[in-house]
Amino acid sequence: MTNTIADVEQADVILVTGSNTTENHPVISSFVKRAVSFKGTKLILVDPRRIKLADFADKWLRPNPGTDVAWINSLIHVIIKEELYDKEFVEDRTQGFEALKEMVEKFSPDYVSGITGIPAAHIIEAARLYAGAEKAAILYCMGITQHVSGTDNVKSLANLAMICGNLGMPGTGVNPLRGQNNVQGACDMGGLPNVFTAYQKVTDDDIVKKIEKSWNVSGLSNKPGLPVTEMIPAAHSGDIKALYIIGENPLVSDPDLNHVEESLDNFDFMVVQDIFMTETAQKADVVLPSFCFAEKDGTFTNTERRVQRVRKAVTAPGAARDDWRIIAGISRRMGFAMEYANASEIFDELTLVTPSYAGITYERIEEEGLHWPCPTADHPGTPVLHSRGFPIGKGVLHAIDYIPPAEQVDDEYPLYLTTGRVLYQYHTRSMTGRTDGLNERAPESFVEISPADAEKYGLKDGDRVRIASRRGEIVARMTVSEKAVDGTVFIPFHYAEAAANRLTNSALDPVSKIPEYKVCAVKLSSAA
Amino acid sequence: MTENQVTINGNRFSFEPGETILDVARRNSIDIPTLCHLKGAAPTGACRVCVVEVENARNLLPACATPAQAGMVIHTESPAVVTSRKMTIELLLASGNHNCAVRESDDTGSFSDFQLRVQQYDHSDRLCPVWGDCRLQDLAYRYQVSGRAFPATEVKYPLETVNPFIVRDFSRCILCGRCVQACNEVQVNNAINFGYRGKDSKIVAAGDRPLKDSDCVFCGECVQACPVGALVEKDAKYRWRPWEEEKVRTTCSYCGVGCQIELHVKDDKVVKVTGAEGVAPNYGSLCVKGRFGFKFINSPERLTSPMIKENGEFRRAEWDEALDLVARRLSEIKDTYDPDSLGVLTSARITNEDNYIAQKFTRAVLKTNNIDHCARL
Ligand code: SF4
Ligand code: SF4
Ligand code: SF4
Repeated sequence: MTNTIADVEQADVILVTGSNTTENHPVISSFVKRAVSFKGTKLILVDPRRIKLADFADKWLRPNPGTDVAWINSLIHVIIKEELYDKEFVEDRTQGFEALKEMVEKFSPDYVSGITGIPAAHIIEAARLYAGAEKAAILYCMGITQHVSGTDNVKSLANLAMICGNLGMPGTGVNPLRGQNNVQGACDMGGLPNVFTAYQKVTDDDIVKKIEKSWNVSGLSNKPGLPVTEMIPAAHSGDIKALYIIGENPLVSDPDLNHVEESLDNFDFMVVQDIFMTETAQKADVVLPSFCFAEKDGTFTNTERRVQRVRKAVTAPGAARDDWRIIAGISRRMGFAMEYANASEIFDELTLVTPSYAGITYERIEEEGLHWPCPTADHPGTPVLHSRGFPIGKGVLHAIDYIPPAEQVDDEYPLYLTTGRVLYQYHTRSMTGRTDGLNERAPESFVEISPADAEKYGLKDGDRVRIASRRGEIVARMTVSEKAVDGTVFIPFHYAEAAANRLTNSALDPVSKIPEYKVCAVKLSSAA
Repeated sequence: MTENQVTINGNRFSFEPGETILDVARRNSIDIPTLCHLKGAAPTGACRVCVVEVENARNLLPACATPAQAGMVIHTESPAVVTSRKMTIELLLASGNHNCAVRESDDTGSFSDFQLRVQQYDHSDRLCPVWGDCRLQDLAYRYQVSGRAFPATEVKYPLETVNPFIVRDFSRCILCGRCVQACNEVQVNNAINFGYRGKDSKIVAAGDRPLKDSDCVFCGECVQACPVGALVEKDAKYRWRPWEEEKVRTTCSYCGVGCQIELHVKDDKVVKVTGAEGVAPNYGSLCVKGRFGFKFINSPERLTSPMIKENGEFRRAEWDEALDLVARRLSEIKDTYDPDSLGVLTSARITNEDNYIAQKFTRAVLKTNNIDHCARL
């Protein structure tokens, strides 16, 4: 997030898109609901499903799946045409405005209405509302990023914020809500194929030299590695022979599961380190038991870049070991000593090679976490990014064209499928599935369909239905719900028994390599 | 100078316009007891426990709802205040099954009759489940009163136990309204409110339905807000007493909000989770996963030993054997092919320290940049 969570309560307008906030980030949703209910903040919700936040929205736009660039460009079109943009900000702080203006020219509300299904008047009203606010914040989540055009979607939202000068102040910003507890930290720590910690590029020779010196090693690779979405398929081609998986369960969470399953069988050697015998662990040659969060010391970095302490509360079961200790044990056996007495020593080391964390210590975050960048010991942390300028000088406005989703509905597969989460379950359920109460509230997979579509296909609430895509099929219970929009069905991805990801498309965004979970074409038939 | 000043118990304090008497007192560490007051919600003045004496005012005034005004002379523990508070507390104690031994007897029967009635209602032979962790009990002790001064009110509504997380015990509800504010003004889930009138008053979900059939999302904000034993975590009820536990502050391990939580630990097991009050980012709020989804920690299905697969079957192994095998195989593959034939998937679930070590190992030892995690997924 460019801004903090609490910041949201200071916004005059909040635009939420691609985030079922009340189910996926419930505590953040309370900030939004409080602002709307008690502080006069206006909410623009852009989401095809009738999610809970629709009850709080002043403007609710329901675009067809995969048409985000189109409606965002159309808002920008209206804002530029009606001269509602922040001319000073655009002039002083951005570049590329003319190209953007040219690009959005054709995205008139009428034209975009045809693509997105949003009435033109709603687009105009939303544009005026967003641009008219002194401070407007954008919140988005996987509904924006999990598309072949995910990177474009995010850049388009940034365009929208920048032309309205909605950056660098409390109550503004472009704020991705991170799904998993430490996604932010895993990225910050260089758990990515192209960067070391703090996004320092592996292709930059000066950086490589600096890290080599700091680690006292030589011969670090300066060739970017493969992202997970290419690593697993690389088992097929034989390019990857061995995979060491730490705390992940790709066998439920990855797109196009049937293909993943074959891939995992193809590795010469696979190690899985986890707290449970997950679906993925079953496939491993060696399984290593690790600690869960309640048994560990360390830090997590939340979605607002706040580095917070994790503290050991209980003893781990049996012979389980801390994740870093297991890795260090393998490292030592491969001839590279990693000796640390505790997590605190690791943290001290990582701050030496991570400029944005350099000023953070366990003592400083004992009571409350700090937001990175925090470059020095006396730096107060940075709750709001870009308050003075952008790291690369001027903010770049990107002229982005609309590309339809990779897979379109047709006669054979007439419905769109989108996937997502439900409140009571988490990810692949390896944790939530072990609290009976959560299972009682959300016991099994389901496919949510609109009343009109249910009637069209002759299906009833509670029916067991077969859902098929070009890649696979599953059987699940039908839930007829006002939440669903006509033409699109929704399935939560948590459940291994009826894994939505047997259906999803593994087509990737060309830049971020994020798979297109949110749109694929399916057909339904009764399974009774 | 005297413009924005008040006198509390003989000392002068300045205040900011808009501050209540309670705000000024709290800021200056003067302890005015409260029951219904909930931080972040509009004060209601409902319970009358926080009353203070303001010179020249006709009545005692609730400190939580009375704005400080220049020149006010306030007494927080004067005889009139103490008499009023005692009666308020006695009435509350008499109003339900407050069997924490502060009640000795009453007009309708003996101590043991009362206890037996409560036990029948509770389906338990123990004293109140929040014994030792109750604002009302604390106040009764502080002002040395019991419930015997007033006849016990009859208990109207049965326990509600039909949802998996929260026990609603209407026999101990003092109708302070904190849960209603927590639900409507803090979480804004709008699931519960006051229902019925007068002596039939009850906190209800819409249509007086059980929580499980209402808009309730089981965030548990109301449980954390309830000052007495009327809302209790089902799992913690009668399994845990506050003096047996140790609290450890940590960060929730589910979503990216990173809520600050307190793990309540008894006998090396997590028995309950609450939101850490007063600190960012969540200021005490949690969701159902963070508050109630902790059973996995102590699950019997946890992996407890390294496992090696032989002929398609897993067998237990010692650490040395497992790690030797992993190191040997990774080295062999690296040497036979090349470093880029190895890959590591690190995790958005583990700590920064773990992730740092995972990428350092991948880069410095395996000598490849084939490392990623499921951030995208
Ligand atoms: S658990 Fe949460 S939603 Fe349910 S009644 Fe309590 S505060 Fe409201
Ligand atoms: S349930 Fe608890 S918080 Fe709610 S009104 Fe009753 S005593 Fe107060
Ligand atoms: S308590 Fe809920 S909202 Fe808070 S971090 Fe945990 S999962 Fe996220």
